[in-house]
Amino acid sequence: MICLEAGYRPPLNRKRTTLTEGLTHEPTTHRALQHHFENMEQQREAGTLGMWVFLVTELMFFGGLFLAYTIYRYQYPAAFATASNHLDIRLGGVNTVVLIVSSFTMAMAVFSTQLGRRRNSVIYLLLTIVLGMTFLGIKAVEYHDKYVDSLIPGQLIPGRPFNPAVAKPGDTDPHKLHLVEGANVRNVELFYWIYFAMTGLHALHMIIGIGLLIVLTIMAGRGRFGPEYHAPVEISGLYWHFVDIIWIFLFPLLYLLGRHLEGHLG
Amino acid sequence: MEEFETPKPPHTNYINAEYGLKSWLLTRDHKRIALLYLGAISFYFFIGSLYAMAIRLELLTPQADLVQSSTYNKMFTQHGIIMVFFFLIPAIPATLGNFLVPMMIGAKDLAFPRINLLSWYIYMVGGLITIYALLAGGVDTGWTFYVPYSTTFSNSYVIATGVGIFISGFSSILTGLNFIVTIHTMRAPGMTWFRLPLFIWAHYATSLIMILGTPVVAVTILLVALERLAHIGIFDPAAGGDPILFQHLFWFYSHPAVYIMVLPAMGVVSELIANFSRKNIFGYKFIAFSSLAIAVFGFLVWGHHLFVSGQSVYAGMIFSFLSFAVAIPSAIKVFNWTATLYKGSISYDTPMLYALGFIGLFTIGGMTGLFLASLATDVHLSDTYFIVAHFHYIMVGGTLLAYLGGLHYWWPKISGRMYPEGWGRFSALVVFVGFNLTFSPQFVLGYMGMPRRYHTYPADMVSWQVLHVLSTAGASILGVGLLIPLCYLVWSMRYGPIAAANPWNLPGLEWQTASPPPTENFLTTPVVTTEAYQFAAPEHKEVVGKFERQKPAGT
Repeated sequence: MICLEAGYRPPLNRKRTTLTEGLTHEPTTHRALQHHFENMEQQREAGTLGMWVFLVTELMFFGGLFLAYTIYRYQYPAAFATASNHLDIRLGGVNTVVLIVSSFTMAMAVFSTQLGRRRNSVIYLLLTIVLGMTFLGIKAVEYHDKYVDSLIPGQLIPGRPFNPAVAKPGDTDPHKLHLVEGANVRNVELFYWIYFAMTGLHALHMIIGIGLLIVLTIMAGRGRFGPEYHAPVEISGLYWHFVDIIWIFLFPLLYLLGRHLEGHLG
Repeated sequence: MEEFETPKPPHTNYINAEYGLKSWLLTRDHKRIALLYLGAISFYFFIGSLYAMAIRLELLTPQADLVQSSTYNKMFTQHGIIMVFFFLIPAIPATLGNFLVPMMIGAKDLAFPRINLLSWYIYMVGGLITIYALLAGGVDTGWTFYVPYSTTFSNSYVIATGVGIFISGFSSILTGLNFIVTIHTMRAPGMTWFRLPLFIWAHYATSLIMILGTPVVAVTILLVALERLAHIGIFDPAAGGDPILFQHLFWFYSHPAVYIMVLPAMGVVSELIANFSRKNIFGYKFIAFSSLAIAVFGFLVWGHHLFVSGQSVYAGMIFSFLSFAVAIPSAIKVFNWTATLYKGSISYDTPMLYALGFIGLFTIGGMTGLFLASLATDVHLSDTYFIVAHFHYIMVGGTLLAYLGGLHYWWPKISGRMYPEGWGRFSALVVFVGFNLTFSPQFVLGYMGMPRRYHTYPADMVSWQVLHVLSTAGASILGVGLLIPLCYLVWSMRYGPIAAANPWNLPGLEWQTASPPPTENFLTTPVVTTEAYQFAAPEHKEVVGKFERQKPAGT
């Protein structure tokens, strides 16, 4: 039933038609080809599929938090609108633009690498790293603002429990919480718990992504990539775009949620 | 037996290709990593068994005479955590699956050998952190970590245990990822999807659950740990959070996790039944697709763990219906295995004894699951020994038996040596008898109202004590039955008769290479021209109507 003869050739419509010789590879073996793959095409296919499967996992990982968000947003709409209005929409908006541009530079890095333009791919990778760091910097500023306003939930930061000042009607101090009618401060804390969990996990993914990009930049600078071998850049690109997409969902859910209720503020 | 003994298999294989500790700890060979897993899993199984023995000893008498209730709480919690997360979930995929998935599809290795090794290290780090938590003071929440007890009230090492489980979850994700990619991209020429052995289909379905479910429980346990740190969180009613949400998120993984345990076992049993009946499996496609159906339906039934948690009664009705529905693909498998036996040339070798045991015990475990899936019956049986018996029939009677059967079946391939068949059959019978004696009394106990997770029971309930004594006696027999294979398998690694490349004389791809296999698995890439489980050579086949069958002898 199974032919082990080396000379057997399978039907021509299969992809790996000429590669049944077992241990001996094609004479033009790329040095990046790992021993257990038949050719570069198979290796690239496996790597790409692997990243897609990993992204599915990531989606489910964030999914638990999206579910929690949905349930509590439904249960406590006023508190969520209150807390959302307190987020800095300008910083969040700028960060959204920064990430979208970084996705563009990442796509350009992949494109340049595929064409074998070594200098361009290094430049685009560096730009992506800078944009990613800009995002993290702005995020740090936002986190600090929340710290100043005592909005870090529970006792995560010792000595700085969740204890925001609540604005009275007519008070326009932006550091105080402006409660939407029906909002409870304890539920606001719940929003900030979800906010920090989701943006924190997202930031962690950004840090990992920047780490990947640094390795890629070094490899690209040493001329390791070319038209035949560019899978690592492509695969890391998938990851980078995924992390961006997560933010594209986080931004409206967290920042834009209660804008229409602003007029009702006392 | 002495005359078979030679110092070493003569050819170069994956075991003798390299020597030294470093060659094992830095290996990227899926077969060596499978052996690393085998060692680690046996270690965790041993620790989990010690807790089981202590639990059974305590329950011998109605009073608390061995441990206090707080210690008992830790014992059953740690028994559950070790057995579920560090034995049952990785048992078959990480050892047999790791060894066989590439071999069965004719590949040289898994798609990502380095990630495969990484998964073992992640598993070990997670496991050792958990062991640290057990030694430092233990954890007493039950393996389910229900909030608010786990987040607010428990004074035990919940965070450390949670971190251990969180980390080890990634090893499961990476194994699943590796299998999916390998099965998609690394099949040998001619190995089409419907020529894959059913072991592969089962592992594909398992991998789907691993990559879709595990991240959800990971983030859930992370939230519990953070909630303990911050003294507030999304499960805390004080902030308006909902503790039931924890149960939903936890069981969204932990119910499908049952299928992570049993689907690979079903894959092993499909191999064993077909090969030891020397017959093409009955209903190949039904078995293949029922694996996928179990994986899909398995994600839709988690709510049956919440029947008495205050879940909406309408949700309860839907989850009850879906739980009945998931029994259908499981039953399809049982019927197909039984039909495969019909008119097969059955040989009762050790692996087959385990496989036949699996069919019987899995059927009992599955049927009693339906009692629990019925809303009204569940109110009576929930949190009693009936549930304990039910899931042990699935996990021990199902997964453990299939694991042992598979280990014996592929032992010649893994070690290059035969195990002693007489001892094998004997211990298979001891395990079967011991298992049934341990867990069948627990069905009765549960029906009579004995709650789970209690270390005492009323002294005037003589019938309860009789059943507990039977159960403990059975556990002792089961323990002996598990020690015998441990002894003779270790013995056979050095002194067993040298195994032939294909000792069972089977058509599967993994048997077409040397035992133990060379590092690259196959000296030439195999080319597959027929379906799996083809026992008769083509010239001995005839077509009758739409069906192909073996020609009667003498024609």
